[in-house]
Amino acid sequence: MRKLLAQSYLWLLLLILYSPIVIIAIFSFTEAKVMGNWSGLSFGLYSNLFNGQVSGALVRAIENTLSIGVLAALLSTILGSIAAVGIFNLKGWKKKSITFLNDIPMLNPDIITGISLFILFVAVGARQGYVTVLLAHVSFCTPYVVLSVMPKLRQMNPNTYEAALDLGATPSQALRKVIFPQIWPGVISGFILAFTLSIDDFAVTLFTKGNQGLETLSTYIYADARKGGLTPELRPLMTIIFLTVLLLLVIINIRNSRLTKRNK
Amino acid sequence: MTIKRSTWALPYMVFLILFVALPLVMITVYAFTDPGGGGISLKNFVKFANTAEDMHTFVYSIEIALITTVLCLLLGYPAAWILSRSDLNRSSVTVILFILPMWINMLVRTLATVALFDFLKLPLGEGALLFGMVYNFLPFMIYPIYNTLSKMDGSYVEAAQDLGAPPSKVFTKVVLPLSMPGVWSGVLMVFMPTISTFAVAELLTLNKVKLFGTTIQENINNGFWNYGSALALIMLVLIGITTMLTGEDNAREDETGGVI
Repeated sequence: MRKLLAQSYLWLLLLILYSPIVIIAIFSFTEAKVMGNWSGLSFGLYSNLFNGQVSGALVRAIENTLSIGVLAALLSTILGSIAAVGIFNLKGWKKKSITFLNDIPMLNPDIITGISLFILFVAVGARQGYVTVLLAHVSFCTPYVVLSVMPKLRQMNPNTYEAALDLGATPSQALRKVIFPQIWPGVISGFILAFTLSIDDFAVTLFTKGNQGLETLSTYIYADARKGGLTPELRPLMTIIFLTVLLLLVIINIRNSRLTKRNK
Repeated sequence: MTIKRSTWALPYMVFLILFVALPLVMITVYAFTDPGGGGISLKNFVKFANTAEDMHTFVYSIEIALITTVLCLLLGYPAAWILSRSDLNRSSVTVILFILPMWINMLVRTLATVALFDFLKLPLGEGALLFGMVYNFLPFMIYPIYNTLSKMDGSYVEAAQDLGAPPSKVFTKVVLPLSMPGVWSGVLMVFMPTISTFAVAELLTLNKVKLFGTTIQENINNGFWNYGSALALIMLVLIGITTMLTGEDNAREDETGGVI
């Protein structure tokens, strides 16, 4: 009885938590202009999305989101993984101060991160656009890469690197053949995480995109929603985004639980 | 000659100084700069104190953030407790389901809330705002509380029971105090983003209600960079105080854990 009550509370909360997105998903299968009106089952909105029937601005926004996401993830993974090895070998106040700085982007609200970068770019006279958005994304993604690589370094036996050197490996060989394979899972998780964070971002992008017409999906949706409600073509898109994020997270989770199992 | 591995942190250190520390310094400099003639001044802060509308928005945002935090706590604590009890919830899937929405774009979630209200023919306004806020941030309350509760040593509870404490006493004297770190970090994780949101309020209330984040955004967009920076700095200070009050290290207790 207690269990039934507990379970129904959980599922009631989940129902409320998921109902908005479920409603969008349901109404992505009908072409009615206003959500709530069901004008018959149709895959029209989906086929429009893939047949180039949508506005060019939306297509460009999707392209920007994906290319910024991949580039930001790539850059922050490289920067963050190298930094993690460095930070791991640091001691004392140096380690403390870099860890402190690394925490700031994760604790800072988006709007502060966005505005502070905006002010920086204004102050140095940088033209805001693709590059500034990319830099901004790298700045808030890298801390998460560092945090996902760090545990792998901690689990590593510190003597293996020295052993490789003693056996005649050059430092770069030891790095490639010994350290890298062991932190690889953390690097991959970091990359996926950085990509998810980047394509998910709205606030920071809004402040650093400048006024040259650069839009990502979030800022496009925002501009669209401010013009008055969600246009129908965004319904299938939001459904796809939701499912993509869902899939990525399930992958990360399965990987993580598998890795913890293997380590045990 | 071999390079010490600790120097590998150097490029990132430079990056952090340029793109994390420097921007925050710049905000502070702009906030204390006289927009008219340059030079250090408190004009922007005086302007804030004298602008009734902005002051009102500031206080109102704190109220909304507090109400949201309390509602999330009241709804989230029982959920976290049930999730952490193996006798009440055996499946880890429900845990993941509760955490997943944390990773969905907030704008998308907000628009979905608008769609839900439209669908149910409910009016947008303050009620929608509170629903949207709780809906957006509930997972951030559940996750940390769940984390502390599931790491809690069950023998404390057993000991209390063996010593004759009734269930209500066990909860108030053992479970609740032990879960406080999780509660504080949940409060922080809900209060901070609620106080700093923008866009969410305008979409959920059809521009009827304005929160402080929107005030900051409008000032920055309209070229009032100094005043906007001052407002951002005020928010940052508020958040800093909240962080200190709730205990900073609680927020990052999952450092060694996985992503979720």
